[in-house]
Amino acid sequence: MTTTNAKNGDHRIGVYVCHCGSNIAGVVNVFEVAKWAQENLADQGVVVSKEYKFMCSSLGQKLIEEDIQKEKLDRVVVAACSPHLHEKTFRGAASRAGLNPYLCEMASVREQVSWVTEDHELATEKAKAMVSGAVARVREHEELNRIRVPINASTLIVGGGIAGIQAALEIANSGFHVYLVEREPSIGGHMAQFDKTFPTLDCAACILTPRMSEVGMHPNIELLTWSEVEHVDGYLGNYTVTVRKKARYVDTSLCTGCGVCWQKCPKKVIDDKFEVGLGYRKAIYTPFEQAVPRFPVLDKENCIYFEKGTCKACEKFCAVGAIKLDDQDEVIKLSVGNVILATGYDMFDARRIPRYGYGRLPNVFTSLEFERMCNAAGPTNGAVVLRDGKTAPKSVAIVHCVGSRDKKYNTYCSAICCMQSLKFAHLVKERTGAEVYNFYIDMRTAAKDYDEFYQKVLEEGANLIRGRVAEVNDATLFGGEEGKLLIQVEDTLIGKQRQIPVDMVILAIALEPRHDSAYVARQFGISTNSSGWFTEKHPKLDPVATMTDGIFIAGCTSGPKDIPASVAQGSAAAARVVSYIEQKELALEPVRGSIVAEKCSGCRICNGLCPFNAISFDEEKYVSEINQALCQGCGTCVAACPAGAIAGTVFSNQQVLAQIEGLMRVPFHETQPAMA
Amino acid sequence: MDAQFEPLIIGFTCNWCSYRAADMAGTSRVKYPANIRLVRLMCSGGLDPTFVLKAFTCGADGVLITGCHPGECHYIEQNYKALRRVRLLTRILQPMDIEPARLMLVWASAAEGVHLAKEITQFVEEIRALGPLNWPLRTRVIEKPKQAAQLVEIPA
Amino acid sequence: MKYLFYPGCSLHSTSGAYLDSLRAIEEKLAVEFEEVGDWNCCGANEYLSLHRIPSYALVARNLALAEQQVNGTRTLVAACSACYLNLAKTEKYMRTDRALDARINDALAAGGMHYTPGSVQVRHILDLIYNDLGVCKLKKLVSRPLEGLKVAAYYGCMVIRPDPDKRLRDPENPTALEELIQATGAEAIDFPLRTHCCSGHMPQIDAQVSFELIRNLVAAAVKCGADLLVTTCPLCQLNIDAYQDQVNKEYGMDYQMPILFFTQLLGLAFGLDARDLGIGKEIVSAAPALAKIGVKAEPVTPELRKRPPKAEGLPMPAMPKAFGDDL
Repeated sequence: MTTTNAKNGDHRIGVYVCHCGSNIAGVVNVFEVAKWAQENLADQGVVVSKEYKFMCSSLGQKLIEEDIQKEKLDRVVVAACSPHLHEKTFRGAASRAGLNPYLCEMASVREQVSWVTEDHELATEKAKAMVSGAVARVREHEELNRIRVPINASTLIVGGGIAGIQAALEIANSGFHVYLVEREPSIGGHMAQFDKTFPTLDCAACILTPRMSEVGMHPNIELLTWSEVEHVDGYLGNYTVTVRKKARYVDTSLCTGCGVCWQKCPKKVIDDKFEVGLGYRKAIYTPFEQAVPRFPVLDKENCIYFEKGTCKACEKFCAVGAIKLDDQDEVIKLSVGNVILATGYDMFDARRIPRYGYGRLPNVFTSLEFERMCNAAGPTNGAVVLRDGKTAPKSVAIVHCVGSRDKKYNTYCSAICCMQSLKFAHLVKERTGAEVYNFYIDMRTAAKDYDEFYQKVLEEGANLIRGRVAEVNDATLFGGEEGKLLIQVEDTLIGKQRQIPVDMVILAIALEPRHDSAYVARQFGISTNSSGWFTEKHPKLDPVATMTDGIFIAGCTSGPKDIPASVAQGSAAAARVVSYIEQKELALEPVRGSIVAEKCSGCRICNGLCPFNAISFDEEKYVSEINQALCQGCGTCVAACPAGAIAGTVFSNQQVLAQIEGLMRVPFHETQPAMA
Repeated sequence: MDAQFEPLIIGFTCNWCSYRAADMAGTSRVKYPANIRLVRLMCSGGLDPTFVLKAFTCGADGVLITGCHPGECHYIEQNYKALRRVRLLTRILQPMDIEPARLMLVWASAAEGVHLAKEITQFVEEIRALGPLNWPLRTRVIEKPKQAAQLVEIPA
Repeated sequence: MKYLFYPGCSLHSTSGAYLDSLRAIEEKLAVEFEEVGDWNCCGANEYLSLHRIPSYALVARNLALAEQQVNGTRTLVAACSACYLNLAKTEKYMRTDRALDARINDALAAGGMHYTPGSVQVRHILDLIYNDLGVCKLKKLVSRPLEGLKVAAYYGCMVIRPDPDKRLRDPENPTALEELIQATGAEAIDFPLRTHCCSGHMPQIDAQVSFELIRNLVAAAVKCGADLLVTTCPLCQLNIDAYQDQVNKEYGMDYQMPILFFTQLLGLAFGLDARDLGIGKEIVSAAPALAKIGVKAEPVTPELRKRPPKAEGLPMPAMPKAFGDDL
């Protein structure tokens, strides 16, 4: 690597202090800082020191570009906002002017000085210190080039819900191969459980199943249902994923999906997955009629053959001999370039709130149970009935925010439950004509056509009561209330306590992250937030990428959202993946460690420190080596090497040590009065 | 009038969590003392113990090391390596006459701007109470009014 | 095991039955309750909402006395839920709030007293029996199982909310009393209103409100098929017991739902005599309910104080009794 002569004073450094409007200039005296740098850092090589209102603007960037060429600058320091915001911007400016972009350094004087310091004088002094540190550091920077990695054209999508299906179709239609891994026997996710979707009241199955079929038939999509990801290795463009295809006990090459096996199966089991405990399935089953793929799976734990060795009705009646009772799990390895995680959500366990009576009082249902009830193919064939399976309710209470917006359970809002509850109000009225009460805290109907839907439900005569339900109990007193449930609530809009007798209660339970989300996050090397939702790269500007290059997220996996948003994210993630694939090769930031063989004594302390297995030991040469593609640039080995034989780029030891010296050049005014 | 001692503290942040936490403290406009100056590393695991000693020799009265919470490191487990190093380093500081309380390790995730600001404020208070680091090897230039050097009693 | 004991005003007057039963089961539980000497009223509910520092100081005096009365134990047990809560809250707040601690000790100092927060651990008798003795050990002490008796547990408010030291797990869904009831062999009813308010002191403030709340509780107990209610609080017991006939008059009902203290129930299960446990002192007699399981518990007619005979004519001034005596 060629560097300009690093002797004192031989550098030509340009310092640019941004006003950022009044964000910085309102607290820090930017003129003073620029002047100070010009005078006091001249010995460090500062030849130009300017201030400007908005450095990130095109004029600001031009200023830098012109100076680089006019003043023959070989290093640039921009004192402005956080490098996380504009490092690329200024590196771009340097690059356009012919200067290696890695010879540009930023000092954060906004987020770390002007926005967090009360006293203007202290802030100005601190800004000077930050500039001084940056100048000292940038002297140690080297010219670097981005590292190019090839991108494998195949993609792995984990999760076959609507977001995963959307992403799979987008990528497959672009002509690239997709592996779609789904934990359940069929794709479709939660959307397949719903009856109608708001606000259009489209039948969920009607809009979902064509997509599911498309996925099932697509030549570019390899569907791996009833499968789990076990292990992930590799890096962007080159992931090796180990997938376990669980034993189905059905030979999928022979099975025609005729359904005789599950019709003849004598063992009925409560289906607590798809039917949410309200309905039944057989020991050999497909989760629902329109399952894709149509191959059933055998639930070993509830199968008479596996329990006692008898029955085998499925085997007897299968016309093509597709039942394979000696089936084994199969572990395969997939090579992919990118991964999209669209693993969806789990539901809140309503038993955690005993005062709502779920689990004790028969006629308290959860929202998902009610979806199944409304579904024409569900356990009641679409009839809205009480737990006895036959009586239609004459009054229904729908409780919003169960487990959401609650410090004791989940503090976040689950985004979809207000619309879902209004949808239920509409469906109840339509199917039973019952009196409906919605108990809400706030009505969240923000997206397109949502508020119009709300108005419609109001006009239909739903009673909306603003108050958090305190208790649901069956301690009825008066005749006429026998067998009903009492809702105890404060109607905050009229300022009174109310006790409302109803036949049925529906709890709009919270959406929660998948209960193994933390485990999955570690498998893929991404992080979750404190609630367990996957963390996106930037909450505003990069909702489908993660901190780990090549791993994308889509749908509810990053937080509760409705179907349009999940679909949009599925498409967005697919677009990002396709753009990587089309580039065939990607440029990675050159933040890497490399071992200087001459200095390495072969102690191997570094070998065990790398979580990416990037460090190997050459037995012949008796030195350690770092694989530049696997290395992620954390710097741990750089710090650990006792001989200092490992050089880190972009964040080298020399740079940090220089920065420390530079930061300390500006003393803290000890004659100042004590800090507030 | 006696000048009130104001400590100078160097803080090391990791690019992924704690630096972003510092950014978030900024965007949330949470105020903390200006006594701290932050250095960005890629990871807390990349903290070389010599950085800490360099900071002390250059005049810092305290060093704050921050990183992602255990289990949440962007590089999976490197913050554990940082934890090990800090523990060992703390034991080495005492015989060098540097109070171990001058070195502090704080975990802060990218969303914990307020938490980080609180920790910084508290740390500054603690170092202020400890007094300046009385280390003969220091090369710091202190702009004090011209008077005879005063030896500061370091509490045992 | 020795414990310091704070009876509170009600245990020595209207809830004498609670004290009777506590004393009766002491031996079975292998505990010894030593009353705090010279204890004073805890201020019940009202005082704390009127004058903060004086009311805390009033409670703290008892804590100070308990601290002094070292008898080999640091634990102060209270049976009345309100007394317990006042003591527990004051103890906790003095421990966590330095400023409050200083002011209260200031007040105590005026009487030559002092309380060091943390010196005494305040517990409620239910917590003691449930957590320290435990359901298993209790079962072993049962010599007369109360099989066939349907009992509804009624906690009221104060023993479970706010539960400053987190002794009884779930404030919304407590099960301690039900478990104890089950251990006696009786059937614990799933009583939906078990943590609902009994109306506290409302009978003296607005009786209408009070009657409605009491009516709700009694009606629900009847509906659930309970033979009797058990409770941990003297005021809950008093409200449901003493005002039941007024509630009946108000709503034209005919409820006869007896309510006993849970210690009385435990005592019965331990084989003790109903009279020793204070059973019979309640206004709505528990005799019919207990007759179901063959326990005799006739109502106790209290001895009425005899009024002195009315004097004739006008009173005379006081005079020395004998010659040579001064007034």
